[in-house]
Amino acid sequence: MFPADVVVLGPQRREPTVRTATREVARIDAGKRARIAAITAGWEERESEDGELAEHLGDPMTNLRLFERAEDVFRRDPELLHAMLAHHTRLKGLQKLYRVRLSHALDAARTLLRRDHEDDDPDLLEIERTQAIDDVRRLDAQQFTRLRELHVGFHSKWKLNERASIGRHRAEIEGILADCDALCIAGGHVLILLNRLRMFGIASLIGSRPIVCWSAGAMALSDRVVVFHDSPPQGQGNAEVIEVGLGVFEGLVPLPHAKHRLRLDDPIRVGLFTRRFGPSICAVLDGGTRVDWNGRKWSAQAGTTRLCEDGSIAEIGQ
Amino acid sequence: MTLAIRELEAKPELRIDDIHRFLTERSFPIVEGGSVTIVYQGHADAVAMRHWIQGLPSSQPLQRMHGTDLWFVVLDIPAGSRIEYKLEVTERGHSRLIRDPLNPHLANDPYGANSVVHGAGYEIPAWTLPNPEARPGHLEELELTSRAFGDRRRAQVYVPARYREERRYPLLVVHDGGDFLRFAGLQTVLDNLIHRLEIAPMIVALIDSDRRLVEYANDERHARFLHDELVPALEKRYPIVASPSARGLVGASFGAVASLSAAWAHPGYFGNVFLMSGSFLFTDIGEHDGGPAFDPVVEFVNAFRANPGRPAERLYITCGMYESPIYLNRSLVPLLQATGMDVRYTESRDGHNWENWRDRMREGLSWLFPGPLWMVYE
Repeated sequence: MFPADVVVLGPQRREPTVRTATREVARIDAGKRARIAAITAGWEERESEDGELAEHLGDPMTNLRLFERAEDVFRRDPELLHAMLAHHTRLKGLQKLYRVRLSHALDAARTLLRRDHEDDDPDLLEIERTQAIDDVRRLDAQQFTRLRELHVGFHSKWKLNERASIGRHRAEIEGILADCDALCIAGGHVLILLNRLRMFGIASLIGSRPIVCWSAGAMALSDRVVVFHDSPPQGQGNAEVIEVGLGVFEGLVPLPHAKHRLRLDDPIRVGLFTRRFGPSICAVLDGGTRVDWNGRKWSAQAGTTRLCEDGSIAEIGQ
Repeated sequence: MTLAIRELEAKPELRIDDIHRFLTERSFPIVEGGSVTIVYQGHADAVAMRHWIQGLPSSQPLQRMHGTDLWFVVLDIPAGSRIEYKLEVTERGHSRLIRDPLNPHLANDPYGANSVVHGAGYEIPAWTLPNPEARPGHLEELELTSRAFGDRRRAQVYVPARYREERRYPLLVVHDGGDFLRFAGLQTVLDNLIHRLEIAPMIVALIDSDRRLVEYANDERHARFLHDELVPALEKRYPIVASPSARGLVGASFGAVASLSAAWAHPGYFGNVFLMSGSFLFTDIGEHDGGPAFDPVVEFVNAFRANPGRPAERLYITCGMYESPIYLNRSLVPLLQATGMDVRYTESRDGHNWENWRDRMREGLSWLFPGPLWMVYE
C-alpha cells in the first residue's frame, strides 16, 4: 500500500468541498497558501478547462496535463500507440466475454434473492443464494486476475518507464510533484484517466503526498475499478469489474452519483451489490460526502453512507 | 372498485352542489385503474370523443347523466397508454371540435393542440423536461445551395454543450427538424440525454421541407441532397466523424420514409437509421387507398419488400399500437431483420403524434449512439 493519506470526496461541481479537504489533509496553516498539483485528464480534450477547479481550490494550482502529455507521447511514439491500441482491443474483448457469463450469473443471483415460494426450505434457499453470489464473486475475481495478467504482460514487454517519449514528461511531472503540498485528482472518463495515470507512473511518483480525489479520480485510485448503473437506457444495469486500479487505497468501492445511478430503494439490488463486493465498503459518494484513508483504515464524515448486506443504507462507521 | 362517475350517477337526488363538488374535487380525465372517464359539462345535443386510435371506432359518444348537463364516457385504457383526443360538441345541428375544457394536459402539433389522457402508469419522462443542471447546446443556421433541388436550403444545426473543435462528433440528420424542436422538445431532449451521458454528444442537423409529401416520398433528389450536399457541407463546417457508423438519419411518418429511402439510395453511407411510425404503405394486390401522395411511397416499399437489402448497419424502428401504420411497420420488421442488419423494434401504447416520437428518443438514440454513461463519473 501507498503511504499517502487520501481523501475521497463526493462530486464537486455543485457542492465544492475540495478546498477545505485539501488544506486539511495537507495541514496548511490558516493564512498560508497551499501548492496544489491537479490531474484533470479524465476530462479528455477539456483537460485544460480547469478554471472552475482552480476557483474552488483557491490556492495556486498546477495542472499536470496528463491528457495533453499523452497526446504528445502518441505523436512521438507511434509504435507505443499501436501497441496500446492493440492492448485495449484485447481488454475490450475480454470485457465482452466476461459480460456473457456475468449476465447469467447475476440473473441467477437476482432470481434467487427475489424468490418467495412458500414451499421452499428457507435454509436451502439461503445456501443457494450464497452460492449464486459466490459464483458472481468468483467470476469477478477471475476477471480481475485476467485483467492484471494482461497489464503485466503489456508493461513487461513495453517498459513504459524506460521509453524516452514518456521519460521527459515523467521527469517534469516528478519536478512539479516535488514542489506541491497535495495532489487533487478530478473525475471524468475513468478508463482514460487510469490509462494516463498508469502511463506516467503517477502511483510511483506520489510518495507520501496527500491526495484528494473524487468521482472517477477515486475509482482509478482504488484497487479494483467497478463501473455501475442500475437504470441505463439499454441493458440490465449490471455492475462490472472493468479494470485493475492503481491500488493507492484498498477496501473501498467508490460510488459517485450513487443516488442517480443506483436504485438505492431496491434492497435486493443494494444487498446483492454489497455482498458481491464486500468486505470492501461500498460508499455512497454524493455531493458533500467524504471518506478518509490513513493508509490503514477508513473514517468517514458524518452523514456519509454505505450500502449494507441487508439491502439498507447506513452511515459509515455504524 | 366503483368508479367515481358511477357513484355520482347512483345518488338518488343529484343536486347542483354534488356536481360542483364532483367537478372541483378531482382532476380530469379520471383515471381509475384501467378505466378512464372523460367528462364534459355544458348544453349540447350530443357530445363525442374523437380520437385516432387504430382498432376503436374513431368517435366514442358521451352519454348525458340524467337530468344534468354532465356528459361522460368510460373507456378501458391499458396501462402505460397515452391518448390524444378532442371533443365533438353538437348543438342545434352544428358540430365543433374542441379541446376538453376539464383536461389541462395538451399536446401541440402543427395543426394546433389536442387534449391528452395518460393511462395508469404513464408518466411524462423526466428526461423530456428542462433540467437546469443540464448544460444547454445551441442552434446555428446553415444555408447551402442545393444542385439536387435547384434552390437554397436551410438547416438548423444543434451544437452540443462543451463543443470543441478538437473533438470528433457523430452526425444525426433529423427530418421535419423544426417540428421536432417545437412539438417534441428535441433540443431539451438532446441536452438532457447528453447531460445524462446516455447518448454521445453529437451534431444534429435539423432539416425541413416545404414539400415534404413530395420530397420525403422516395424522391431521389432528397437522397442526393443528403449524400452529396448536406453531409459534406456539415463535415466541412464541423468536426464530424467521417464514417458510416457515426452517421444517422431519423424521421417520423413520411420522415421515416425519407430516412429509409435515402439510406437505401446510398447503402452503407448512413450506418444508423431511426424510423418512427413510418408510413410504409404497400400493396400485395390491387390498389392502395393512400391517395396520390402515397404512389411513390408504395412503389418504393413494394420494391424494397420484393428485394430487401441492408441500407444501414443498425436500424431502430418504432411505432405506436394505436396508430394506423402499426401493421405497415410490423410487416416491415421481419424483412429488415432477415437482411442481417442489427434491427431493434419497439411498440408503444401511443398514437401518430409528436409526443409519442419524443418519448421514443431515449431508447432509440441511446441504442444507435450510446453515450459514455458507464465510463464517465464527473
